[in-house]
Formats: sequence, C-alpha cells, structure tokens
Amino acid sequence: MGKPHSSRETGIKWLLTLFALSSLLFLFVIFAFILAEGLPLFVKVGPGHIIFGMKWAPTKGHFGIFPMIVSSFMVTFGALVFGASLALACATYLSEYAGRKTKLFLKPALELLAGIPSVVYGFLGVVYIVPLIREYLGGPGFSILSTSLVLGIMILPTIISISFDALMSVPAGYREGSLAMGATKWQTVYRVVLPAARSGILASFILGMGRAIGETMAVIMVAGNALKIPTSLLDPLRTLTSNIALELAYATGDHRSALFSTGVVLLVIIMFLNLVANFWVKKRTAR
Amino acid sequence: MDSKITIKGLNLFFGKTQVLKGVNLDVYRNRISGFMGPSASGKSTLISVINKLVFFEEAVRTEGSVYIDGQNILGNGLSDVALRKKVGTLFATPIPLPRSIFENIAFGPKLNGTWKKSDLYAIVEESLTKAFLWDEVKDRLDDSALKLSGGQQQRLCLARTLALKPEIILLDEPCSGLDPISTLKIEEALAELKSEHTIILVSNNTKQIARACDFVAFLYLGELIEAGTTDKVFTYPDAKMTEDYIQGKFG
Repeated sequence: MGKPHSSRETGIKWLLTLFALSSLLFLFVIFAFILAEGLPLFVKVGPGHIIFGMKWAPTKGHFGIFPMIVSSFMVTFGALVFGASLALACATYLSEYAGRKTKLFLKPALELLAGIPSVVYGFLGVVYIVPLIREYLGGPGFSILSTSLVLGIMILPTIISISFDALMSVPAGYREGSLAMGATKWQTVYRVVLPAARSGILASFILGMGRAIGETMAVIMVAGNALKIPTSLLDPLRTLTSNIALELAYATGDHRSALFSTGVVLLVIIMFLNLVANFWVKKRTAR
Repeated sequence: MDSKITIKGLNLFFGKTQVLKGVNLDVYRNRISGFMGPSASGKSTLISVINKLVFFEEAVRTEGSVYIDGQNILGNGLSDVALRKKVGTLFATPIPLPRSIFENIAFGPKLNGTWKKSDLYAIVEESLTKAFLWDEVKDRLDDSALKLSGGQQQRLCLARTLALKPEIILLDEPCSGLDPISTLKIEEALAELKSEHTIILVSNNTKQIARACDFVAFLYLGELIEAGTTDKVFTYPDAKMTEDYIQGKFG
C-alpha cells in the first residue's frame, strides 16, 4: 500500500471511530442528565417515599409514583398477553406454513405496522376501542383493557420480525429429521422447531415489552391518566411515561425534579429488560 | 424374488421441469438396493417420493404409482405419517435434534405413545446397539447429541430411525461427509440390518455401491438406464453409459 493512501486510511479510521464514540456519548449524556436532575429528590425525600408512595401531589410535597409503576407493569403485561400470543402465532404461520409468495407479501406488510406513528394508534384507540369498551363492558372506556389492546397491536411487528428470524434460523434438518421420524407437521413445529427457537422468541418478547413500557403518546390518549391503582380491567390508569409527558410543560422546582425521578425509575426498568434480552440473545448465538 | 416396493411409470415434475421420467423399478425385500448416478440424475428425488418428503417442496406433481406391499402410496389409502413410520430415512448431513442422545432416539417412540422410561430405555439400547454406537455412548446418554463426532452423529441418526422399527430404510448419501472408518461402520451396520429391513442406499460412490449392495439401479437425468444384481451390472452392464459411469469416464 502506498504512503499517501495509508495516512488517508488512518484519517478515515479515526473519523469513523470518533462518530461511533459520539453515539456512546449521547447515551452517557442522557444518563448523566436524568440522574443529575432526578437523584437529588431521591436523596431529599427518600427513595421509599417516591417508589412506594401512593399519593402524587407534587406541588404539595407528595411524590409517590407507586400507582404509576404498577399501572405501567399492568398494561405492559396486558399488551404481552394479547400481542405476544398473536405475534407468535403469526410468526409461526409465516415461517412454517406460509408459501414463498405469501411470505414475500406478508412479511413487509407486517413490518409496515412498525412505521405507523404512535399517535395514529392512539387515535384509532380513542375513536374505536374506547367507545366500544364503554358501550359493551362499562366504565369510562379509557382503561387497562383499551391501553393493553392498543399496546398489544403496537408491539406486534417487533415480536413478529424477531421471532420469525429465530424460527427461520432453525436448521431445515431438524424439521426434515422430525418429519422423517413420522411426526406430523404440528408435532414438528411444537416439539422441535419452537423449542429450538425458544431463546430468540423470549428475546423478542422482552424487546416487545420494552417497547410497550416506553410507549407514551398512544397511552396518554387511551389510558384516562387517573392517579390511582386500577382495581379492574376497566379502570383508567396513568403510566410512568405519560406522567412525564403530561406534566413537564408546567412543572417547576421539586415537581420538575419528581418527573425526572419518574424518568430514573423508567430508565432502570428499561435497562434491566434490555440486559436480560441481550443475555438471552448472546446465549443463543453462543450455542 | 419378493418385491417390497414396485415403482410403475413414475413421472415427477417440479413446476414445468421433469425430474423423473417414466421410472419402472422393483426393490426387493431384505436386500440392499443401491441407486447410483451423477448429480441431477434424480436418485435422491426418487427416494424422497418413497418417503413422500418431496411433497413439502412447492409445485410438485407426480404421475404413475409407487406400491409398498401392494398398496399405492401416491393414492389416498395411507397417511403420510403412517408411511413415514414404515419408511425410515437417513440424510446426507446427519442433523441430530438439539437434545440429549437418549431424547433423540426416544423422540419417535414418544410420538407413537411410548412414554414409560424402562420401555424407552430398552428401545434406545437396542437401536444404538444395532447402529454400532452403543459401546461408545452408553455412559453418556444424557449428553447433548450435538457433542458427538460426525460419524457418531450419523450412526445416532441411524439409531433413531431404527427405533421406529421401519420396514424400509432409505439412506441418502449417508457417508458423503464421513471418513473411511465411519463409512465402514455404517456399511457393517447395514449388512446386519438387511435381515430385518429392506434397504435403499443412494450414493455417488460406485465403489461403496459395489461393496454394500445386492442390487443396483443406474439413473441418468431422471431416467432409469439399467437395473439388476450388483454382480451383473458391474461385470456385464447392458448399457454403454452404465459401463462408462462405473469406469469413471463421466460423473
């Protein structure tokens, strides 16, 4: 390699390294920023008061976000029950039963779901799902049920595409061998293919869960945003994310800090989910 | 001589491409029959008709009939699953399921409703013994099957096929990825197995066909060129093409 070239190559390498590191810098800045704004209140009133406090009246010195933590987990769980089962059925159909042409058409169509802005999902939820629930099941309609349904639909593309990839990476020889041993198609799918893709499927659930717990706009629109622990599927609720988005515009002083504390809790939960997902995916590729 | 499988006027198409052309052939009971021919001769396709796995491909169409014990398997009489319990298959690349050695062999019997541990153990021991693998793995049946060597994995796949007590065993180039010693072990196992099973061995290796088979069929571009006893075909072939292939003039 000629001399002038190699100095240019080195320059490009350093430039790219710099850009690559800058994204790490953003992550660091976000962390530092949220912790700097949110942690002082934890120290001031104690983490127990915030995490397990039942009452949220930040202008009067009550910073309890326990109902929101519970609500966030409830709708996330609801979204998973509904969305994950539907998505897994869909991915299984796509990878095991659909013909080549169906696959070519359906896969991009489903991925299009991921591109629809969340405000549109929220809008459809408010216009169709909320009134339907109010009319046929009672309550205000803005509820755990409506939020879970909307979130469930929103996490479909994430779960479908990752578990589809996991199913497709199961060696064809597993299916062939199982069929050759007299298993039916469904026995092969259920006893061989799904277990072989298990870790990838679990990782897809966790990533879907991360998406559900972090979603804000659509949740604000269909959840009703009430400040208590919901006791039925038809009760309204407020999640951690909507709390921040709803109040940040006018919050000052400790109120503002309390919203950042909400952010800290959210960040910790999402980091934890990501770590678990990464761990699972790594375990899969290591095998 | 008693025919186990009779193939009559078999044509097979993938879309518009004809892959098998009017194949007529008898496969005899308790003998090893070899299918040989260059690539794209249709020999592997022919055995995937016998186990009907070919129908998982898209746009497959067949004409003619394949009789096993007088029953046409291309008709509606026999379900695919029932057929595959009668007809076991061994593939070119041994791919055990990602489970223990024991579970790999118990998989088939469990599908058939055998769940008792002692029954399963008896089947596992018998199958592994017949596949000449028992002595090498008897102390580590709970280890992952993926830890075995290539040759051991192929014998494991043979054992899991035997666990189903198939009447017919199809082997699709089972030794193509194996070393000579592993190949020899498979051939030894086959020689023992023919007393209870009808065996079809597909191979690119004419020497292996000559060593292991009682009967041989030579296919070329989807046509059956010649079939007969191994002695006859290898010493006085009827067709010039067969002679050229055996002598390695093309392939």
